[in-house]
Amino acid sequence: MRHTTRAALPFATTFVAFTASASDARYNLQTPVTGIAEQIHGMHMLMLLICLVIFVAVFGVMFWSVFKHRKSKGAVAAHFHENTAVEIAWTVVPVLILLGMAYPATKTVIAMKDTSNPDITIKATGYQWMWGYDYLKGEGEGVRFVSMMSTPREQIEGAAAKGPNYLLEVDNPVVVPVGKKIRILTTANDVIHSWWVPAFGVKQDAIPGFIRDTWFRAEQEGVYRGNCAELCGKEHGFMPIEVHVVSAEKYAEWVAAQKKRMAEQAQPAAPQASANPATAG
Amino acid sequence: MSAVPHGLEHGHDHHQPSGLMRWITTTNHKDIGTMYLIFSFIMFLSGGVMALTIRAELFQPGLQVVQPEFFNQLTTMHGLVMVFGAIMPAFVGFANWQIPLMIGASDMAFARMNNWSFWLLPPAALLLVGSFFVPGGATAAGWTLYAPLSIQMGMGMDMAIFAVHIMGISSIMGAINIVVTVLNMRAPGMTLMKMPLFCWTWLITAYLLIAVMPVLAGAVTMILTDRHFGTSFFNAAGGGDPVLYQHVFWFFGHPEVYIMILPAFGIVSQVIPTFARKPLFGYASMVYATASIAILSFVVWAHHMFTTGMPVTGTLFFMYATMLIAVPTGVKVFNWIATMWRGSMTFETPMLFSVGFLFVFTMGGFTGLMCAIAPADIQYQDTYFVVAHFHYVLVAGSLFALFSGAYYWLPKWTGHMYDERLGKVHFWCSIIFFNITFFPMHFLGLAGMPRRIPDYNPMFADFNAMATIGAFGFGFSQLILLYVVIKCVRGGEKAAAKPWEGAEGLEWTVPSPAPYHTFEEPPVVR
Repeated sequence: MRHTTRAALPFATTFVAFTASASDARYNLQTPVTGIAEQIHGMHMLMLLICLVIFVAVFGVMFWSVFKHRKSKGAVAAHFHENTAVEIAWTVVPVLILLGMAYPATKTVIAMKDTSNPDITIKATGYQWMWGYDYLKGEGEGVRFVSMMSTPREQIEGAAAKGPNYLLEVDNPVVVPVGKKIRILTTANDVIHSWWVPAFGVKQDAIPGFIRDTWFRAEQEGVYRGNCAELCGKEHGFMPIEVHVVSAEKYAEWVAAQKKRMAEQAQPAAPQASANPATAG
Repeated sequence: MSAVPHGLEHGHDHHQPSGLMRWITTTNHKDIGTMYLIFSFIMFLSGGVMALTIRAELFQPGLQVVQPEFFNQLTTMHGLVMVFGAIMPAFVGFANWQIPLMIGASDMAFARMNNWSFWLLPPAALLLVGSFFVPGGATAAGWTLYAPLSIQMGMGMDMAIFAVHIMGISSIMGAINIVVTVLNMRAPGMTLMKMPLFCWTWLITAYLLIAVMPVLAGAVTMILTDRHFGTSFFNAAGGGDPVLYQHVFWFFGHPEVYIMILPAFGIVSQVIPTFARKPLFGYASMVYATASIAILSFVVWAHHMFTTGMPVTGTLFFMYATMLIAVPTGVKVFNWIATMWRGSMTFETPMLFSVGFLFVFTMGGFTGLMCAIAPADIQYQDTYFVVAHFHYVLVAGSLFALFSGAYYWLPKWTGHMYDERLGKVHFWCSIIFFNITFFPMHFLGLAGMPRRIPDYNPMFADFNAMATIGAFGFGFSQLILLYVVIKCVRGGEKAAAKPWEGAEGLEWTVPSPAPYHTFEEPPVVR
């Protein structure tokens, strides 16, 4: 297990923009690359801190009494069993703490839900078991492809060594330009899936018959990985999401290449295109 | 009934069947309580074997032990078996044994119905576990049985639906019995506000059960008709709404988690005062806190659905309501600690489990509070962080409280003291292995490992290996409990009527073991 992660290091350095691969986070949330993910990360740390303080205070009292007020130490039981002032205090104080937590959370919720004025709109359709992507609006409009896990079966069955992005790699990654507001529409073809990229702070269920939306604005170039997060059948664990955030120029090149590919595919073999599930979405 | 006092003493023995029929036809709350406890322990071990198979598969990245489809069946059935087969019946077993003893009643109000509500469970369990062996295997849609995935399952799904129906009927009958017993059969002088807290928590739990089990029955029946009768409740193509299923399910499902924890609060509230030799701090506020938790549990269900894409106002409402539950729960924790404060404590096994409960359950409470914050929940939802959270509240909460209660009342049930040394070993093994199993899952979830996946990236390997080792340790530790209980039933030091110095309550006024019939003359409580 360990040698695979070590083997991953030289491999990773070959990627110029591998800054935020999932492997940098082992004990905590992945490094955020969007404003929303940043806010979530901050809120998460704030809550951890508050919980830690309460934890120390409450269990400090508990362990003090466990060690000090034990019968073997000659403790004699007191007989108080009520104290209105104390009880009011420990009802009101938590309410105030909660209000302190709710305030930043409310601001973030409102920001997360604001999907207006995107630069690019992409529809992500969940299939059993792959993702279909349609670039609906903005630069790249009309690009569509299907994205499937590219980890070979031999690696899963233990016949080959596991790569560094084992189960988190796809044949056709989503490509988006850096610094642009990307709106993701989610829907599904069969059962509920969920489009999740942790570094973006985005997780949105893809529900058959419904269109839901979410958004992100990645502030750093790189490769970001996620999974389908809703149990969707037997290949649920094998439905990764890979997003490449690239510069505006690289993005334009990619769009041109995609357009060319689609034109080539459409020309000679029209019947084949209809067999492609992406066109059904 | 008999006017002749002589007849009262002997009358019962004559008509009582012996052997197997005694257990099948029994209407005695103690027999039924025992059967519930044995049943739930068997289910606990079955669910545990499933959990260990899951953990064996997850020991290393790659597929080694089971195939993904069977893995999904295991996770689903582990959840269903533990919730409906192990935890809930165990609490009903405690209720059957203890509520009549605690309120000075001679039996449950509807003794014949009590027998029926138990005997519904074994067939339901057979349907559930038997579904592994039908074509297509057991349902693999997760314990929440989310549509439309659950529409795709084979006949194992239908068996699970029927099992849930039957278990639901059993729960409702059990709950009605408890409500009527508590409200009508209290001994003279036992006012509601003098009642032991265990009875209070069960009274409130019983109302929750009556309110929400029909909701679950409705939800799974709609799945059943979607599957076979051409309806489209949850099929968007036919005009249905897949999210509706989640709303209906969690309207049941959220109160359900309180059904599994409120009686645990009750047990802990009996045990801590006993071993602190000090009355429970804030009895009245404990009752009010329990009731507030129960009421609030009905308005927070959609916090399980923050990622389905609710409007801003919906998200905010459910976030605030959920956060609010932390207040009464906190009050309860503070009250328990105030009960321990300046007590004269000893740490027999029941107390160890209760203090362990307090410590570990509160950690589950903290992660629950974190999950309540909607934006952060976007990151936690459907990851191992959530798996860690709900095992901290369900295992360290419900299960540890059940262990605590089992050791606490074992002398009363069997007439013998259990092996204290082994009991302590059981506690320390359980709590250490529990934390080895579930604490690393917090890190896994935060770093991005989704739940319910049979295979994962090697970066998650070491924490998964750790969790698996912990799980096997935890699983095998439970055999200690089995041994302790068998040993205690077979013999051991005779238990006094009141084996615990600080214990209070009517159940300690009858001899140990509690005779087959108690409180034929209602005691008078002053």
